[in-house]
Amino acid sequence: MQTGLEEQLGLYQKRIPIFTRSVKGRFRRFKTTVLLLAYAIYFLLPWLPWSRLDAPSQAVLFDLPGRRFLIFGLTVYPQDVVWLALLLFIAAILLFFVTGLVGRAFCGYFCFQTLWTDFFIWIEHKIQGERPARVRLYRQPWNREKLLKVGGTHALWVLASFWTGMTFVIYYAYAPQLVLDFFTGQAAAAAYITVSILTISTYAAAGLMREQICTYVCPYGRFQSVMYEPETLAVHYDARRGEGAHGRATVRAGRGIVVERRRAESAEPVAVDRRQASLSAGERALAERHEKGLGDCVDCGLCVQVCPTGIDIRDGLQYKCISCGLCIDACNTIMDSFGFPRGLIRYDSEKNLAAPEPTAPRVEWKRLKTIGYGAALILMSAYLAYSIGTRGSYDRAVNQIRQPLYVVLSNGDIRNRYQVRITNKAAQDQTYEISASGIPAGALDLGSFREITIKPGHSGLVQASVRLAPELAEHTHHFELLITPKGKPGEARSETVRFDSPKEAHD
Amino acid sequence: MSEQKLQSQTVQTTGHAWDGDLQEYNNPLPVWWVYTFYVTVVFALVYWTIYPSWPFGKGWIGGLSNITYVNSNGETKTHSWNTRALLLEDMNRAAIAQKPYFDKVAAMSYAQVAKDPDMNGFILSAGKALFSDNCAPCHQAGGQGVVGFFPNLTDDDWLYGGSFDKIHETITGGRHGYMPTFSEVLSPEQIDQLANYVASLSGIGHDATRAAAGNALFHSETAACYYCHGADAKGRKEIGSANLTDNIWLWANVPAASSAEGKVAAIRSVIASGLNKGVMPAWAGRLSPEQIKVLTVYVHELGGGQ
Repeated sequence: MQTGLEEQLGLYQKRIPIFTRSVKGRFRRFKTTVLLLAYAIYFLLPWLPWSRLDAPSQAVLFDLPGRRFLIFGLTVYPQDVVWLALLLFIAAILLFFVTGLVGRAFCGYFCFQTLWTDFFIWIEHKIQGERPARVRLYRQPWNREKLLKVGGTHALWVLASFWTGMTFVIYYAYAPQLVLDFFTGQAAAAAYITVSILTISTYAAAGLMREQICTYVCPYGRFQSVMYEPETLAVHYDARRGEGAHGRATVRAGRGIVVERRRAESAEPVAVDRRQASLSAGERALAERHEKGLGDCVDCGLCVQVCPTGIDIRDGLQYKCISCGLCIDACNTIMDSFGFPRGLIRYDSEKNLAAPEPTAPRVEWKRLKTIGYGAALILMSAYLAYSIGTRGSYDRAVNQIRQPLYVVLSNGDIRNRYQVRITNKAAQDQTYEISASGIPAGALDLGSFREITIKPGHSGLVQASVRLAPELAEHTHHFELLITPKGKPGEARSETVRFDSPKEAHD
Repeated sequence: MSEQKLQSQTVQTTGHAWDGDLQEYNNPLPVWWVYTFYVTVVFALVYWTIYPSWPFGKGWIGGLSNITYVNSNGETKTHSWNTRALLLEDMNRAAIAQKPYFDKVAAMSYAQVAKDPDMNGFILSAGKALFSDNCAPCHQAGGQGVVGFFPNLTDDDWLYGGSFDKIHETITGGRHGYMPTFSEVLSPEQIDQLANYVASLSGIGHDATRAAAGNALFHSETAACYYCHGADAKGRKEIGSANLTDNIWLWANVPAASSAEGKVAAIRSVIASGLNKGVMPAWAGRLSPEQIKVLTVYVHELGGGQ
């Protein structure tokens, strides 16, 4: 009997676990700062009090049942949906703009996937130890120690995920009350469902899937590469310097500069000339390597060990690189310890790296694409700021009733009817008066409502009709409808309204 | 060929050989697919127990889930889950939510309803829904009617009166408009004279001599038009006869005719053939008193009633 001829090839690659080594440096400090800042805002903002007359005293509250977003002193109503559109547009353009300049900065420093993964790795590191300890733990069979450490890590992850979901939900209701209701089983079903989904997805994405989200799931990472240009700064390995003529090579222990450095350090306190001599030891060793045709890369592999997506940056720019800069920190640490110049891995542009005489890397913004994105960004931000800054205390909409467009009355007069909807966006009751100009006094009939009082956040509907003699109707195509908040003549707004008559309809 | 060879080296076969060398590749389904399939099986079992699933005898297996709602009579009803019960639940929930408003309308006088901004908003939305469901098929969505068939409710002319009480009476009891056929009683010449007279009343181009003859005929016992339309031809609201002196036409499609002759001809045909089609059904049994009250205010506001 014949069985399988060969081992079957798997259709799916199994995840290769990544154990990142911690590293210190400029980029690590920046990432930590962003993380702390972002977490402080996200987790604390819903607890910030803000006194209001007619709503819960919460600084940021997305009040869905009340159909309004309360953001500090600003109340956003569904009518302001254009602000959301602008905000999304600005966010998109900002992403394009920044990516064109400094590559996937969003991915590396600001994306929530990066932030949460970073935080989860920090938890893992605190409980299970540094990279070698974690690798050992991973390889060893299940025992009490492994169970405690791995179990503890996952428990903390779930806890962090839960509080992430909980925090998301409390933006949508008065936070202290919702938390109380949540734990006493009295909150809305939507709250429990949302928290469960977010707990599971956060735990899965930041704890289990991690870099696979960036590699397989996320579309942004992929389409950002379209915005790269030769001038775009990105994390690059300077292959020309690192590889030399005969490639990279490790430094053998007991030889060369390591010995010399140790000797120099042991001679504390050192005289100034001795210190200079020790510094030049690195340069000397480098010159020695260059004579042999070796590159500057000592092949320590630290840049690979610190990488959260587990890639080797020395293979060149690649789609898995989220441009977090940790390999730069790692390489600089090693270069420092050998006394070699920093920047073997650095932010640089493809164009500069390929140039015969590379210059110091710098941000090149004088490109049509970048300037275009920048202009759009400034324009849209200015428009959003203007739109929010000049928002009225009320919204108005005048709709002509189109069924029928006009009515011929018994004496031959033409009547048009309108529905005026006023939404009070102020914090207190307000009375509005409606008047018209461009038509004779008395032509406007508002029924029983010459003025209407509307509660804050509510809308009022007024039926208006305009009656004109046939001769006048023939010449009247538009008139002005004026809405004046009582006691605030400065906020009066007029609306140009159409008037239809039979003659006009036949034109 | 080389590709085939490569594949034969890497893919398992079922292990059986037919005719000496004929083998079948064994490509199992992906594991994720198989597990997803198991999950759907479990889902189906759960679904069957919760929701109606299998036909059984003359009915079906209802499933464990129920729908309970309180109907407008205050009775609690329970059905096994189905989309019709779901609709009933929705309708009854909406009816209960609207009830305070309808109760308020029932307790208020017409004048109070018309002056209350909250009630006014409710009338505009609930009235529009009621109007669209019940009245729009004839009177059209905006109440503009159809000339020659259904009265326009948005103008200021009311056959039977435009006060709240009269509109309420019209909706509750319905109306039946009637005008006798004059072609059997009068000669075509006489009908033409009458048509010219009616045209003259609203300032439409006409033959003055014929109109004068028509005037005499209108007030004579021969045609006896004034019986119903009144000596001043302004109609009588008690019987719903039309005002012939205004610019509003319901039966004779005067606005559609472009020439004066056409307009007179439209009037002539109505006089000749009479009318027996102005029927509005009574809504007393079909709508609740509160609904009729809401509709009354809504219609009143459509035409700026009297």
